[in-house]
Amino acid sequence: MSLKRKDLLSLAPLSVDEIRLILETADSFKEVTGRDIKKVPALRGRTVVNLFFEPSTRTRTSFELAAKRLSADVINFSPSSSSVVKGETLLDTARNIEAMQADIIVLRHPSAGAAEALARGVKSSVINAGDGWHEHPTQGLLDLYTIRERGLSFEGLRVAIVGDVAHSRVARSNIHALVKLGAEVRLVGPPTMMPYGVEKLGARVFYNFDEALRGAQVIMMLRLQLERQGIALFPTIREYARLYGLTTERVESAEPGAIVMHPGPINRGVEIAPEVADSLSSVILEQVANGVAIRMGILYLLSGAN
Amino acid sequence: MAIHITGGHVIDPGRLNGVADVLIDAGRVVAVGPHLKVPAGATKIDAKGRLVLPGFVDLHVHFREPGFEYKESIQSGAAAAVAGGFTSVCCMPNTNPVNDNQAITEFMLDRARAAGLANVFPIGAITKGSEGKELAEIGDLRRAGCVAISDDGKPVMNSLVMRRAMEYALAFDVPVVDHCEDLHLAEGGCMNEGTISTELGLPGMPAAAEDVMVARNVALAELTGARLHLAHISTEGSVRMVREAKSRGLKVTAEACPHHFTITEEVVRGYNTYAKMNPPLRTWKDVQAIKQGLRDGTIDVIATDHAPHASQEKQLGFTEAPFGIIGLETALPLTFALVDEGVLSLESAVDKLSTAPAKAFGLAKGTLAVGADADVAVVDQQEQWEVDPAKFRSKSRNTPFAGWKVKGRVTATIVGGRVVFESGRAEK
Amino acid sequence: MTQNDRSQERPVMDAGDIARAVTRIAHEILERNKGVQDLALVGIRTGGVHLAHRLVRRIQEIEAAQVPIGELDITLYRDDLSLRKEQPVLRKTTVPFDISDKIIVLVDDVLFTGRTIRAAMDGLIDLGRPAEIQLAVLVDRGHRQLPIKATYIGKNIPTSREEKIQVLLEEEGEDERVVISKS
Repeated sequence: MSLKRKDLLSLAPLSVDEIRLILETADSFKEVTGRDIKKVPALRGRTVVNLFFEPSTRTRTSFELAAKRLSADVINFSPSSSSVVKGETLLDTARNIEAMQADIIVLRHPSAGAAEALARGVKSSVINAGDGWHEHPTQGLLDLYTIRERGLSFEGLRVAIVGDVAHSRVARSNIHALVKLGAEVRLVGPPTMMPYGVEKLGARVFYNFDEALRGAQVIMMLRLQLERQGIALFPTIREYARLYGLTTERVESAEPGAIVMHPGPINRGVEIAPEVADSLSSVILEQVANGVAIRMGILYLLSGAN
Repeated sequence: MAIHITGGHVIDPGRLNGVADVLIDAGRVVAVGPHLKVPAGATKIDAKGRLVLPGFVDLHVHFREPGFEYKESIQSGAAAAVAGGFTSVCCMPNTNPVNDNQAITEFMLDRARAAGLANVFPIGAITKGSEGKELAEIGDLRRAGCVAISDDGKPVMNSLVMRRAMEYALAFDVPVVDHCEDLHLAEGGCMNEGTISTELGLPGMPAAAEDVMVARNVALAELTGARLHLAHISTEGSVRMVREAKSRGLKVTAEACPHHFTITEEVVRGYNTYAKMNPPLRTWKDVQAIKQGLRDGTIDVIATDHAPHASQEKQLGFTEAPFGIIGLETALPLTFALVDEGVLSLESAVDKLSTAPAKAFGLAKGTLAVGADADVAVVDQQEQWEVDPAKFRSKSRNTPFAGWKVKGRVTATIVGGRVVFESGRAEK
Repeated sequence: MTQNDRSQERPVMDAGDIARAVTRIAHEILERNKGVQDLALVGIRTGGVHLAHRLVRRIQEIEAAQVPIGELDITLYRDDLSLRKEQPVLRKTTVPFDISDKIIVLVDDVLFTGRTIRAAMDGLIDLGRPAEIQLAVLVDRGHRQLPIKATYIGKNIPTSREEKIQVLLEEEGEDERVVISKS
């Protein structure tokens, strides 16, 4: 079993076997990150380019760490969004990078579909680190890994994904993967944040958070984007926090032992109460640690001779 | 110079549908029928096994001159038109500068005359700069040669401004053409809002954004008595409302584009910017409604909304790429596919491409009656070919139909009694 | 896992030979290292793991002492990763003790070109700083491509490059034997 793909653009097309392979591969890398010498020579001499058109310290750092622990060389490119405005196409930027012999390009871009467009145009492997609202596959995978690490099995697992689902690439990636693995996915949020026809992806929509929490084993909170402009999707933060904020009482109303997840960065006091973020049920920091192992796994699996 | 077209199946909607010869002289149709008296030295065009049709009239094209000539010029657009069988086209005013005054209209007519290919009838702006605030000099635009007014590309959002425009236009008897889109509802959208936009993570424009404006425009047409022409309708709701408006005798005409009766939002998968246009590709139900609307006469006219864009522009990300696809050189086979499907009779299809559009805008075109302008399209209904954008006469290549195997091709186009296009030969 | 047609195999060691070799190697390890002080065994995946466990059991029987045991996956240290189209499947490394200052006996089933052992040494050194690394193999088939020598050898079996040697063990559901076949 191997990953016969040039790129990792989304979780929607992955098979269950491929997802399992990635998670099992990450086990080996989790072990490596536990050593004193957190380095293996597997990607020695390879070049990984982080091409981030949207600012992101945590994801970029995670990929950088993952690549360096594999002994790869890492280059960080953060074109200001103005170069996009000036009309240099994504493809031109990427071809310049490819000409520098980049083996793997990690792309984050504000436009859905950008990673796919890039992958079609370059010979390097492309990893989608987030394209607009579309997908963030490595986040989805590290979320799965974290759930698995906690001893939870996916079949029949009751997972609540809470927040601005319509604009969340993390939500989309998780919905695809969890449904594929047989979990029961509950999407929670105000109707204005539920995209058209999202039930067709295999999830159930709840406008009532408390109802959705009954029996929930995993509570995945999405970040509320306070910086969004234009006509708001909800009247005030106060009302949003009251209806959809995760408090200690709400966590206790879920299945005993339920875990709390968040892709970060968290808005303390808005979608998640500070005491919940710091509680024992929170696996938020584990997600971050697992992110490096998963990304090492993906870099390793995609690094075969192209 | 006389032209004698022989042995073709002539379809002049409402007048003639049968084998006949056509004689053209001094730019006009001189005689139609068997056994014509042909002057010496007349060019002969053998149309045996072919259709002989009034040249098509496209009420909605974007020739990007002045301002965006790299996408298309009036010359290249007119060349694309005649290659597609269109002998008359109406070009929208969203040029740079916007065609909101006599000078730009005259410039466009000048460039069209210099090209000497299709007839170009400019459409003037409704408001100054198409900003939607103050009325443009519609009287002047009419006098300079505009045949209709529109702010296409955009709707006229302010209903009071649209009301005034419709009332004012009555004095000049020009149709008011609206691009029906509520910009607030459609905000940020780049494709139809539906299950596919949800999967792809793209912001969507709901069908309601179009329906809301169709409803508003119909109400204003009723209030003012104006001639309302709805550009490129694409939704089930729009068709329903136009049908209802017509049943009450309102002066509403509507056009539909070939892509809206041929493909759906599925074509956007893979973030295909060649499937990005406004109004967007919709669902299968909407496509069925458009076909039904064409069949029962709710939709009077087929127009292309030919919207050229350069390849580097369409290579931007899906949300950044401009809206629009070209259509002059693919409209004929896509329309004829409806004939093969049984949605339209052949005569009805020709009517939608030619006679009805001319009638909607009051143009003396779309007919092969004796004395009419000699604008003719000779068509091989059976010829099968593959759409190859590299061979298009348009400067642009942005079509979702590349590689399609289609049926129905123009073999010759005559404008004003001159052959301006012959397939298989590089024309001027 | 054998996929051979058994009629193509030529047996070179039977169950008895293997058991005697393991016993002898266990004695040699204890003799050379004068007991189990600071001693640990690390089996190389996948061929060396079962043999390492057997050696630990024999040593336990002989000296009544428990020697720590680890399992090392050398895939990430292979020298051919950049040449392969698909990356090989990883198996976990589990070395649940500190290897620094210990005498580590690496255990593998067949010693051939020596590249696996080179990778294993790189892997070990990333885990700590052993006092000494020794190597125990059941079979040495020659054709070294790197300057590597085993400390303890079960049996020397000369082969040609085109041949294949397999060590088949009952832990894997096979009849115990070492066989040569055509590649």
